[in-house]
Amino acid sequence: MIAVENLNVFFGHGQTRNHAVKDVGFTVEKGESFGLVGESGSGKSTVLNCISGLLTHWKGRIEIDGVRLMQTRNMAFCRKVQMVFQDPYGSLHPRHTIDRTLKEPVKIHRLGDANNRVARVLDDVGLGAKFRFRFPHQLSGGQRQRVAVARALILDPEIILLDEPTSALDVSIQAEVLNLLQDIRREKNLTYILVSHDLAVVSHMCNRLLVMNRGKTVETITRNQLKSGAISEKYTTQLLVAGKGYDRTAIDQFQDFR
Amino acid sequence: MSELLIRTRPIRTLKQTVRILVMVATTFLGLLLITFLIGRIVPIDPVLAVVGDKASPQVYEKARIAMGLHLPLWKQFLIYIGNVVTGDFGTSVLTANPVIDDILRVFPATFELAGTATVIGILVGIPLGIFSAVKQGSFLDHVTRVIGLFGHSLPIFWLGLMALMLFYVRLDLLPGPGRVDFFYEGIVTPVTGILTIDSIVAGEWEIFRNAVYHLILPASLLGYYSSAYLLRMTRSFMIEQLRQEYILTARVKGVKEWKVIWGHALGNCAIPLITVIALSFGTLLEGSVLTETVFAWPGLGLYLTNSLLNADMNAVLGSTIVVGAIFLGINLFSDFLYKVMDPRAR
Repeated sequence: MIAVENLNVFFGHGQTRNHAVKDVGFTVEKGESFGLVGESGSGKSTVLNCISGLLTHWKGRIEIDGVRLMQTRNMAFCRKVQMVFQDPYGSLHPRHTIDRTLKEPVKIHRLGDANNRVARVLDDVGLGAKFRFRFPHQLSGGQRQRVAVARALILDPEIILLDEPTSALDVSIQAEVLNLLQDIRREKNLTYILVSHDLAVVSHMCNRLLVMNRGKTVETITRNQLKSGAISEKYTTQLLVAGKGYDRTAIDQFQDFR
Repeated sequence: MSELLIRTRPIRTLKQTVRILVMVATTFLGLLLITFLIGRIVPIDPVLAVVGDKASPQVYEKARIAMGLHLPLWKQFLIYIGNVVTGDFGTSVLTANPVIDDILRVFPATFELAGTATVIGILVGIPLGIFSAVKQGSFLDHVTRVIGLFGHSLPIFWLGLMALMLFYVRLDLLPGPGRVDFFYEGIVTPVTGILTIDSIVAGEWEIFRNAVYHLILPASLLGYYSSAYLLRMTRSFMIEQLRQEYILTARVKGVKEWKVIWGHALGNCAIPLITVIALSFGTLLEGSVLTETVFAWPGLGLYLTNSLLNADMNAVLGSTIVVGAIFLGINLFSDFLYKVMDPRAR
């Protein structure tokens, strides 16, 4: 369903030019949940922004359902591909009620039946009608992220790009939101690309994952490989150790992979 | 929970209103105290200013008692508060009119000038600030930055003189100092005191045109000063908003880019911008002293300058209180708008 080949992204000019994504490639099947993992600055969110069209100065090839995407995106693309962002506090318009936030895409895409759609997606994400006319600041972080998911779902997309959707949430809320995302995917047969630096989150959510470091592909592994520790690359092993928590002796042995 | 909210909202609003009123009253009292103390500290004898330096000691003493200056300071202050609250700022030594009458006569001219300048500032500064933020680091951004820097750095009286020399003396494109050509003066009966409006009300289109011509140069200069400030502030607010994730959300929703900028981002910038515009307007009301002097604009600034030069303390302190009260009112109004526009502030 999604194919990315030789994706390259540069930021800046001259001496400050930074090669942020280097020849990255992967494929994602329909209904699959695919993870992009790496430490901060590895380029995983940049890949997601290229697919969503938020970044336009990329080189390479991105295809969705066999159709090659150009740099700009049309309205049909927005209906097919939606995105959920990291910050539940910042990703909702602060002066719009939930109702207005959810109705806006329906209006833009002239889908009609806005009231029923809003009610349906709020139910889908486990928020009732009582939240409909509240402002984002009147909701908790978890509730806001549910609204962000509802906002993505309201256009009935086939693909959802998840950019660290739980990293800004309390640990207690994280599992709740992840389970919700899992249920929705199964129910609606959605395709996910999930970006995270947390291997536990990715192994919970994704069948396969691509490990990235400094803009490059390290390896593509399956969830089973990750769980059994059958990993060939040292960087992935190191990431796995780092994900288990603070360990002074382990950190002393860490290498800088360039 | 919603019922509880509905029940507690009027109480909360009442508490907020009382808090605001107390804050305003305290600030105004502080303003009165400062102006009162200034009136007592400055080395100008208010009695001498009234009776003249050739008056006999008996006349001098009589006048001092009549002005209440023999009373203890706290009593004088209470009388001062009572007078100010009832609009009595005393009599101007220079014009022999009650100061409040003088202020009401000259203030509309300042309001007309500052108001027009603010409109120019908004129309020029805000769009340029938006373009500058959207095209950050571009040639346009650098150009607007230089324009803004000049607007902040160049003394306005110097700019005024240069503008008069160029557009009035050399090119003869615009009229010179004054609010209107002298042969039009006194023809229009003041209704609002704002000449451009009064001339329309009176159907005097020739005077209206002349008044607009006279307004162009000083209002453009003050407008430039205001737009330079608004440009920088708009740019910085917009850059901050454009970095927020709700902007990315709007883009992935399929919102057109112009609507993302002018609707979503600017809509949220509008809240702090209201305060900035209000403060800029207040600054123009009090800060157009030099511009009014250079352009012989018969407003509060010129009145204040003449009063200062003639040690007319009643007029100086009266004008100061009026400007301070207007500033307080503007702040109050911008706070009110803030609450109306931003649900988070309610």
